[in-house]
Amino acid sequence: MQLQGKKVIALGERDGIQGSAIAECARSAGAEVVLETTYCFV
Amino acid sequence: MAERYHPHELVVLLGTPNAESSRLYALTVTEGDPSWAGALAGVALGLPVYHVLEEPVKSQVAPEVYEEHVALMEMVLETGEIAHAVQDVRTSTGSRA
Repeated sequence: MQLQGKKVIALGERDGIQGSAIAECARSAGAEVVLETTYCFV
Repeated sequence: MAERYHPHELVVLLGTPNAESSRLYALTVTEGDPSWAGALAGVALGLPVYHVLEEPVKSQVAPEVYEEHVALMEMVLETGEIAHAVQDVRTSTGSRA
């Protein structure tokens, strides 16, 4: 699986890893983030 | 989003906190919502899905970025169980990037 050049959907969760953190990781790997969100189930 | 792009262009990255939620999210974006409660019930998007803590993802992320944004949670979460859960879904649904 190559992230370089891929379009990433970042589905974060408040009790886990937030969408913004996933998006930063994806961008550093050369991917484009097309959707970034953080769910919260409280 | 899944209709706008070809599945081969997309990768879903999860930040879910445990194996159960990881399996649920992964199934939802591959073969459809397993709880049949949401809009994706019965909708098989067939998207490649990985957890951000899985080695195939971690190995491609810039180390300083991973350290700043994810490394702390990696120490807290059950990384092995989460990775197994998402890997199982990829295997059972034939999903891969």
